[in-house]
Amino acid sequence: MPISTEPLVVNIGPQHPSTHGVFRMRVTLDGERITDAEMIIGYLHRSMEKLAEERTWTQNIPFTDRMDYLAAMTGNLSYCLAVEKLAGIEVPERAQYLRVIFAELQRIASHAMANGTFVNDCGAWQTPLFYMFREREKILDLFEMTCGARLTTNYMRIGGVAFDLPDEFMPGLRALLDELPDRIGEYEQLLMDNEILLMRGRDVGVLSPETAINASMSGPMLRGSGVAWDIRKADPYCVYDRMEFEIPVGHNGDCYDRFTVRMEEVRQSVRIIEQAVPQLPPGSHCADVPLNLRPPEGEVYSRIESPKGEIGFYLVSDGGPHPYRWHVRSPSLINLSALREMVVGQTVADAIVTLGSIDINVGEVDR
Amino acid sequence: MAAATKRLAGPEVAERIEAAVPGAAEEVVEGWVQVRPERLVEVARFLRDDRALDARYLASLCAVDRYDWFEVVYHLASLSHNHEFVLKARAAHDDPLLPSVASVWMGADLQEREAYDLMGIRFEGHPTLKRLFLWEGFPGHPLRKDFLAMPGGFSPGLQRFPKEEPGQWGGEFRAD
Repeated sequence: MPISTEPLVVNIGPQHPSTHGVFRMRVTLDGERITDAEMIIGYLHRSMEKLAEERTWTQNIPFTDRMDYLAAMTGNLSYCLAVEKLAGIEVPERAQYLRVIFAELQRIASHAMANGTFVNDCGAWQTPLFYMFREREKILDLFEMTCGARLTTNYMRIGGVAFDLPDEFMPGLRALLDELPDRIGEYEQLLMDNEILLMRGRDVGVLSPETAINASMSGPMLRGSGVAWDIRKADPYCVYDRMEFEIPVGHNGDCYDRFTVRMEEVRQSVRIIEQAVPQLPPGSHCADVPLNLRPPEGEVYSRIESPKGEIGFYLVSDGGPHPYRWHVRSPSLINLSALREMVVGQTVADAIVTLGSIDINVGEVDR
Repeated sequence: MAAATKRLAGPEVAERIEAAVPGAAEEVVEGWVQVRPERLVEVARFLRDDRALDARYLASLCAVDRYDWFEVVYHLASLSHNHEFVLKARAAHDDPLLPSVASVWMGADLQEREAYDLMGIRFEGHPTLKRLFLWEGFPGHPLRKDFLAMPGGFSPGLQRFPKEEPGQWGGEFRAD
């Protein structure tokens, strides 16, 4: 006689270390298997898009820090590029190089966090996370000495960056760049062939390239599935067209592939910074942009490759001092589109690993 | 890979749409193609499956309140040809209703829910059209321009810069 089972509804989150913030997933279980999953978000919704309509174009830059607070630089950059495109502002070359350097440092910091917490979710409790934090800390120190803040940097400005580099920056960056390749090698040795990671990450949360494209995935999610798509290459902004780097891709589209893609991207980011530092030209760090900026009537969609994926801004201007519409295409939210697809049929423990591999940031999901 | 993403002009896209789905394009300008709502899903499916346009990637979907009507903007991209273009659809302001494209692109699912939640556009045929960020029972849709309408027709925000009116109260801005 077959044993009859009853579906069991379990709430994962909103307050749970594996949900990386206040994210709730309501799963229906049949025994250990997930038969249905529904995500409930909005716990961190701050209505930024509405608030932005009442502030000036420049006043909106701090909002972009507070979306993805683990990658504030790229949020800043995406917004500033969009406004510059809308208003037709030329950015000095030095500012463009500084933007690239800071965006890549931010990518390393964000990926260190993503990989550290992912390994944490897999069960390698805390140790790798704090190894990763060691390098992230040094990057945040560099941010602090440049713009005074560690997380919510508010560094980019419309037309350039807020401050030029302090004198201590270059020696600090040099020391970091010298030791980073060794450190990455150390992590790879520690984690790449790690039994825990292979057992928990291989063939878990598999996403086919077709589904990944159809579900508008971006960033390491898309590349992990084997789609070599990187906006830095496909649609270069700033001075990325002068940099040489590769796009790492995965082969199976599972959680382990996303992890390895992020690991390799850190190496490529180091490579980009190594190229950008000697090329850094002298000159002004910010264009002369009026603070009472009134971009001409029109609309623009501009996107960049943030550590999480494609972060885009759709801005509509009516020629006034405030944006008429301020929409963010947030990679964290849209990367959750295929969450249900991935977790149904898995066990709860695998669902946690899958969620960890997406690398969401709830500040950006809810905005 | 091409050096930069090609932005396809509206007429170019409209021409191909018209050849496959006659009468679907409502308005064609340089920047975008506006599609008749009743043909939207048909057009979307054609764009996704067409080999030349190959819009398999829905980059972004969002709604704009234009006072007299709502506009839903679809930013479509092809990763293989490396081009992008913009599609728009218009919904009436009184009872905004548009067909859902979630059956065409899975990525539209959450973004349509977001547009429903914050702008109040109903997407017909969406599998689970519920509020995304706000709770059920929240009064109104906050991204609409008439949400929290102020007396006298004022809208929030200063609508000017403090420095523009001499002698006015307001933080003096940095000169440089």
